[in-house]
Amino acid sequence: MNLSVNLCGLRLDNPVIPASGCFGYGKEFSEFYDINCLGSFSFKGTTLSPRFGNPTPRIAETPGGMLNAVGLQNPGVEHVIAHELPEMKAYFHKPVIANVSGFSIEEYVETCQLLDAQEQVGILEVNVSCPNVHGGGMAFGTSAQSAAAVTKAVKAVTKKPVFVKLSPNVNDIVSIAKACEDAGADGLSLINTLLGMRIDLKTRRPILANTMGGLSGPAVFPVALRMVYQVYRAVKIPLMGMGGVSSARDVIEMMLAGATAVQVGAANLVNPFACKEIIEQLPVEMEKLGISSLEEIIGMAGA
Amino acid sequence: MQYQIIENARIAPSVYLLDLAGDTSMLKAPGQFCQVQLPGLYLRRPISICDWDENGMTLIYKVVGQGTEALSQMETGAVLDALNGLGNGYDVNACGDHPLVIGGGVGTPPLYGLTKALLRAGKQPQVIIGFNTYEEIFLLDEFEDLDVPVTVTTADGSFGVKGFVTDAMEPADSRYVFACGPLPMLKAVYKKSGCPTGQYSLEERMACGFGACMGCSMETRFGPKRVCKDGPVFRKEELLW
Repeated sequence: MNLSVNLCGLRLDNPVIPASGCFGYGKEFSEFYDINCLGSFSFKGTTLSPRFGNPTPRIAETPGGMLNAVGLQNPGVEHVIAHELPEMKAYFHKPVIANVSGFSIEEYVETCQLLDAQEQVGILEVNVSCPNVHGGGMAFGTSAQSAAAVTKAVKAVTKKPVFVKLSPNVNDIVSIAKACEDAGADGLSLINTLLGMRIDLKTRRPILANTMGGLSGPAVFPVALRMVYQVYRAVKIPLMGMGGVSSARDVIEMMLAGATAVQVGAANLVNPFACKEIIEQLPVEMEKLGISSLEEIIGMAGA
Repeated sequence: MQYQIIENARIAPSVYLLDLAGDTSMLKAPGQFCQVQLPGLYLRRPISICDWDENGMTLIYKVVGQGTEALSQMETGAVLDALNGLGNGYDVNACGDHPLVIGGGVGTPPLYGLTKALLRAGKQPQVIIGFNTYEEIFLLDEFEDLDVPVTVTTADGSFGVKGFVTDAMEPADSRYVFACGPLPMLKAVYKKSGCPTGQYSLEERMACGFGACMGCSMETRFGPKRVCKDGPVFRKEELLW
């Protein structure tokens, strides 16, 4: 039974990767289990300067998922390099994925450059799709032109594989994916959260202080799967699929749609053991389905 | 972690006492909380621990929305999944011999476990608990059974001191304060207390409850903190009130 996958030259023990924003820097999860069982993990979205993020409430619930409007809270890239990465060495011994956000192309470039120089970082994941910040984030991911511009600028200053994390809040994700590929992206991560909102019936006001937030959880899985399927058929670079993945069966389904690796987000927040349990369950499901190597099923649904 | 419901009984309007049997070895301090999974709801619900021993724990919660409504309908014998031992809890060694324990409404439950812990640590706490009306009072008998001085306030004057918990505090009282309750109450206690420090337990909407999602962040004098992981109990000197 072979669970390992090759992601842009990085050999992962398995395709399961906790998604950025749902795993911090891994420290809290390492109190629940040894996180070295993970393929890798994508750490909390990092910006050039420290950010507190949005006012609270930042969280709302919905059937089959949740909305968040955290707004990229993070201590800034210098603090991440000086403190989070060195601390991480104590409990995670594999290459990690650095998730980067910005409010200008220059910010993306500078932050990526600094993280590219870190030995622990295996892949840069450039987030052009955060729905919870203004004047940045998703603004870059909703047009093919600006997504390509960020990709090109980041690629020019980095040596490590660059994955661009795409927004589902667009008319045509395929054209944006192709534009990023043409601009030199080594891979694509999809999808970020879907823009949504909830209203408190008693106060008649939006629940989230930011009014709108990003929907994640099982509710978005079919949307994510569809987009991975469409993009896989249009590009040649590898994909990390994410959006509502909660079980080993979801991981297999995402790989059949075209994902080389699969990220798990919101599931970690309701069950801190989610990724560990998925990794343990994968061989069981593979056995049932007659799969001997996960790498062989990538994109098979579109064959 | 799985817990079996021993009792889930209404003890005041919309307020329920939930007795659970199961592993409590992860509980380290009064004021910690658990995250309860409920049928049909995606996110867990944070509920403070009122009291515990080696066989189980007691929670007291108020029905305020879908989650607590679903919890109130669960029956004896049913099994609840909960992440337990979350948050920092109160530090009973940080105070002098005569601390003041102040609770309001559904913020009162963790102060029961706290008062027991203070007594075990050889302290002589005085308790002030506030409710809206006489019929909303709960836990009073239990506090009195601990043989500590207890003052009750009611907003409508139907029992005890008329007014809020701050009306039962001496002006500029310098005793160390442990508090839990609604935000306006905590801020009023913070202002009236003459003690430069103290421990205040806060609440916030949260997703994970163990420090990963940054859903419950708060600005403090020492930078951003997570109510779930760095709190819910904060020192007075951290709070930007």
